[in-house]
This record gives sequence, C-alpha cells and structure tokens, in this order.
Amino acid sequence: MNSRNNPLSAREILEGSFLENRARILEVAAFLDRIERAEGAPQAHDDYRYRALLRAVECLLKPSGEVTKDILENLSDPTPEPIECAAGMKGAVGAWKGVKE
Amino acid sequence: MEGGEGVNFIDPHIHMVSRTTDDYRALALAGIGAITEPAFWAGFDRGSAQGFRDYFNQLTVAEPARAARFGIRHYCWICLNPKEAEDLSLARDVLAIMPEFLDRPTALGVGEIGLNKNSVNEVAVLELQINLAARRDELILVHTPHLEDKLKGTRLIMDVLRNEPRIRPERVLIDHAEEHTVGEIRDRGYWVGLTLYPDSKCSPARAVDILERYGTDRVWLNSAADWGISDPLAIIKAASEMRNRRHPEELIRKIFHDNPAAFLSQCPKFITP
Ligand SMILES: [Zn+2]
Repeated sequence: MNSRNNPLSAREILEGSFLENRARILEVAAFLDRIERAEGAPQAHDDYRYRALLRAVECLLKPSGEVTKDILENLSDPTPEPIECAAGMKGAVGAWKGVKE
Repeated sequence: MEGGEGVNFIDPHIHMVSRTTDDYRALALAGIGAITEPAFWAGFDRGSAQGFRDYFNQLTVAEPARAARFGIRHYCWICLNPKEAEDLSLARDVLAIMPEFLDRPTALGVGEIGLNKNSVNEVAVLELQINLAARRDELILVHTPHLEDKLKGTRLIMDVLRNEPRIRPERVLIDHAEEHTVGEIRDRGYWVGLTLYPDSKCSPARAVDILERYGTDRVWLNSAADWGISDPLAIIKAASEMRNRRHPEELIRKIFHDNPAAFLSQCPKFITP
C-alpha cells in the first residue's frame, strides 16, 4: 500500500530505519541480560513488569500492523469500574499489577 | 529548525508556567505563533482555592504578557485538574471561582479535565466540571490518564460525557490518545489529541504512524511540555518527520495549523494566527 496516506514503501522504511531499530532491540536485550547478572534475578522473573515486558516481546513476533495497539492493550488495566479512592496512591508505572483472567 | 514557509504553527497543549522565557523565544524562532495552556497539576498539591486563584491569574494575565513579548498569542483553559480532585470540598471551592476566570478574554474553555487514577471521587468531580461546561456552553479539553490507566480512564470519561446530552462531541477534544484509544475516541465523534512526550506518550514517529493509520481529520498534535523531561519544540520535530516521509506541505499545515485553529475557533475568543 503505497498511497498518499503512507508515501514511503516498505523497502524505504526498512532501509531508512533498520539501524535505529537494531539498536533498540539490543538495548532491550542488554536490559534483560543486566537483570540476569544481578542479585535477585529469579524474583525479578516473577515481577509483573518483567512478565509484561516478555509478553510484549512475544507480540513482536506476530506482525499484524496492530502490534503497538496489542502491546498497549496488554499493559492496560482491564477492569471497567472506578476504584474506591486514589488518596495516597502512587502514579502509573506502565504495566497493570493485577492478574488477567 | 522551523515550522516552515511562513505558516504560524499552533501548539495547543503546553504548560508555559513551567518553562523559561528562553523557551518562548525558541517557540517564536521555530514559527509557533499561538499556544494554548490547560490548567494542570503543578507538580505538588495546592492547599486551598486561593492557590488556584493565583494560578488562574498566572494563566490569564502573566503568561499572555510573557508570550506577547515574542509575538506569540497565549490562550488558556480553566479547571481543577483530576490529580487534585480527590478532595471533594476543595473541588467545590475551586469550581466556585472558575466562572470568573472562564469569563477572561483568553480563556477558551474548561480543561484539562478528566481522570488520573480512575477513582470514584475523580469521576464525581469530572461530572461537576462537565456540567459547568454544558451550562456555559464551553469547549472542553480532556486529559486522559497515564500508561496502564489510560484505556480504562478514556472509556470512563467518554461514558460521563455521553451522559450529559448538552455536550456536543465536536466541541470536545480528548488528549493524550495512543494507538489503543484513538479508534474508540474517533468512533464516538470527539476530536483526538496526540501528545509528543518522551517515554510515557507518543514519539513523533508513532504520532505520524497514527495519522497515516487513522487519517488527518479532527486531530491535533501537541508537546504537553511542562516541568517534566519534555520538549517544547516537539511539534516541529513531528512536522520534520512528516516531511521526511514525503507528506505534502499542505498536509503539514493542516495538522499544525488548520486543524487546531478549526477546533479552537469554535470559541469566538480564539484569533487564528
Ligand atoms: Zn497537560
């Protein structure tokens, strides 16, 4: 689809941004390696943020044109009701702490 | 780095109270001719309605004067932000002083209202502010929650808006949208705001992806630059991303001038730069 909406071809996008995205993947890999080398790595594997990141990495393997949306939905609070009280609560961290059904 | 070819760009969401005068100069040099500044959380909780009175004076008197030195038109939005909405008695006090400031010549409407942690009290204060906006027929600028709270909060906010029949969707802009919320916001007829903010919101590349995916009607881009790590020239970088992808100049003009001007001009106080 090389339309007015999307003027660049897939090949142009790949050539233009490959190196920058190679670097980004290496940053994620180095982050995971750093956790492995650190004290407490097994406990980190059970952390909801660590697990959320691995689920996001799995999403990357299924290119659909909607991967960004899928990952954001995966990180989101799925409950529909307002919470009782926000007083004293910490700010958002980027992943939902609860357990998805 | 420039907005480009004599067009006055508009950054419709930027918190200049947190920025330096040097930033005003940078905006002017980059071709940004008008900005709108929503009332927000200043990084600390204010203790009383008097604190908000001082802040609303800063938004309606001090900042327009600071901007005018550089030929920039400064407008604002008045509200109690959702992060300070947990205390219902403070909320009622602040709501009582809002009309006086909404009457000021550069106040364009009620905003940025919305939710922060999606709590019962936040929803109650949102309903009160939407009611005030409906009574006065004000434009509404909506802040959606951060990160994992965004999807749920965006849906709750749209439900509250829908429950107020006097609110017309074309007079409401829902800001800080991302890939997982843009579709639902558009489907319900509201304007969409995409915020260019490091780490927690869109990058210029992702924002341009969203324009390509969902189209360029009823959408604006903004920096939301504030006291955090943020970039007052973010919209210029997004324009440059569009140019790099060979989007035509008239489309760039539409996104950074015509669209925000069309939404904001629904308030007669707004003069298009
Ligand atoms: Zn803001």
